[in-house]
Amino acid sequence: MISAVDQRKNKFNRYKDLRKNPTEMLEPAIKPVKEYDVWDRLNDIADEGTFEEFKFSFPETNPLEFEGYIEKKEVLRLEINLHDAIISGTCQIDGYKTVIAIMNKKFMMASMGMELGEIVCRSAEFAMQNKLPLIIFTASGGARMQEGILSLMQMAKTSAVIQKFKEAGGLYITVLTHPTTGGVSASFATLGDITLAEPGALIGFAGPRVIEQTIGQKLPEGFQRAEFLEEHGFVDQIVKREDMKNTLGKLLKLHS
Amino acid sequence: MKAIDRVLNARDKDRPKITDYIDNLFTDFFEQKGDFLGKEDASIYGGIAMFHGRPVTVLGHRKGRTAEENMTCNFGMPGPEGYRKALRLMKQAEKFGRPIITFVDTPGAYPGLEAEMYGQAQAIANNLAQMSDIKVPIITIVTGEGSSGGALGIAVANKVYMLENAIYSVLSPEGFASILWHDSSKRDEAAEVMKLTSKDLLEFGVIDGIISERGTGFELVSETENVDRFSRLYGRIDKQISSALKELENKSAEQLITHRYEKFRYFDKDYLNETTSERMENV
Repeated sequence: MISAVDQRKNKFNRYKDLRKNPTEMLEPAIKPVKEYDVWDRLNDIADEGTFEEFKFSFPETNPLEFEGYIEKKEVLRLEINLHDAIISGTCQIDGYKTVIAIMNKKFMMASMGMELGEIVCRSAEFAMQNKLPLIIFTASGGARMQEGILSLMQMAKTSAVIQKFKEAGGLYITVLTHPTTGGVSASFATLGDITLAEPGALIGFAGPRVIEQTIGQKLPEGFQRAEFLEEHGFVDQIVKREDMKNTLGKLLKLHS
Repeated sequence: MKAIDRVLNARDKDRPKITDYIDNLFTDFFEQKGDFLGKEDASIYGGIAMFHGRPVTVLGHRKGRTAEENMTCNFGMPGPEGYRKALRLMKQAEKFGRPIITFVDTPGAYPGLEAEMYGQAQAIANNLAQMSDIKVPIITIVTGEGSSGGALGIAVANKVYMLENAIYSVLSPEGFASILWHDSSKRDEAAEVMKLTSKDLLEFGVIDGIISERGTGFELVSETENVDRFSRLYGRIDKQISSALKELENKSAEQLITHRYEKFRYFDKDYLNETTSERMENV
């Protein structure tokens, strides 16, 4: 008789090779930001003991019946204890209540599939219904390839909901963290009323490798980094991690 | 027909281009260039035209036919200026109450240095957001390649149709194979797996209908050189746009926005339906 735990462990080992290097898709030339997990981030941002996570349950999805997709998700869920690449809920920052969502690139490079898109939408809808601001920390390799066209359509879905929230007067703040690319950068990540970025974060539509292949030359140093975007007018401010809570607190105060 | 044959058909140089659709479906076309922010992008082609006696705004990707045109139009791969130009035309259509008709045929948004520098991601995102609450009817027809955010950036419509041999996908099959299998030569296999044909998209509920290409020579890979072979296709597209407009023109601005919003908000609800009735458990 194999115990349930052993069964899970076996499954875990079987798919070990699948989780080798989740960042390999982007291969940044330099690792500009020391990675820390979503819970570390939440601890740094939210007032102590104020975070209440939204509990959702979604059925397992594999619309293309893509081989190994469900197993890969199962392994990652065991490993990082998240159902998909995002956590969301409410918290207070300097005493101001807000909806907050944080993407976790350790889960399939935080690529956007139906579940992730739906959580972004429901978080925005909750903020709209309860007249709260919405803060999203973005990080993503782009669309979740394994969900095909349905992942592409998440771009339109999330953008429509964010637009509705903003038109209803909601404050939407995005914090672009390393890396924010592809379908996420080309949808809800770049629609903030206020757009912040972390120093050195890679932010762009196409990945650097694809661009280099297309133009047949090496990209200049610092290309697509947060500082580059600031220089070209696409972020309000670059904010260091140690200043993030204060900055967000101030922004919430200015809109309260 | 295999999925890869559809992909090759969708990319075939002999397929009608946006210029052909405009010539054959509309009259009095007045081209509008420029994003009015400092750039013109020939990979988006559009303007104002008459459709059965009513003014409409029509726009879409332009790949070009000759080698020279291909270069000028960057093979139908817009930069941010292309998406901003498209949005400029659409916002103007909204002001004057003109329905918007878009034609999609692109290998994707251009992954270039300048495109990134001038905000490709932001330009596409802005189109998705702005198109979602435009007050006039929007109708999209995917005529060839509908690839990635570059296609979607002009395709947030009340009604989306695909030509029988068109494809619509998250990425090119080559790109898909390269990302997931680290082998772009597996594109045939990728095309099959991706479910990117018009039939697949209709089954997913992402599009509203398929326009038959019967008689065009594209129902099979064929070498027919008859220039008139597309006349029946134009007729079918005309009929589809007419019936869509008829259905949409009775709706108020608010109803049109709601119609479009719900289409894109809930197209995948069957996959996520475990909690749609419960909504939020917490707080």
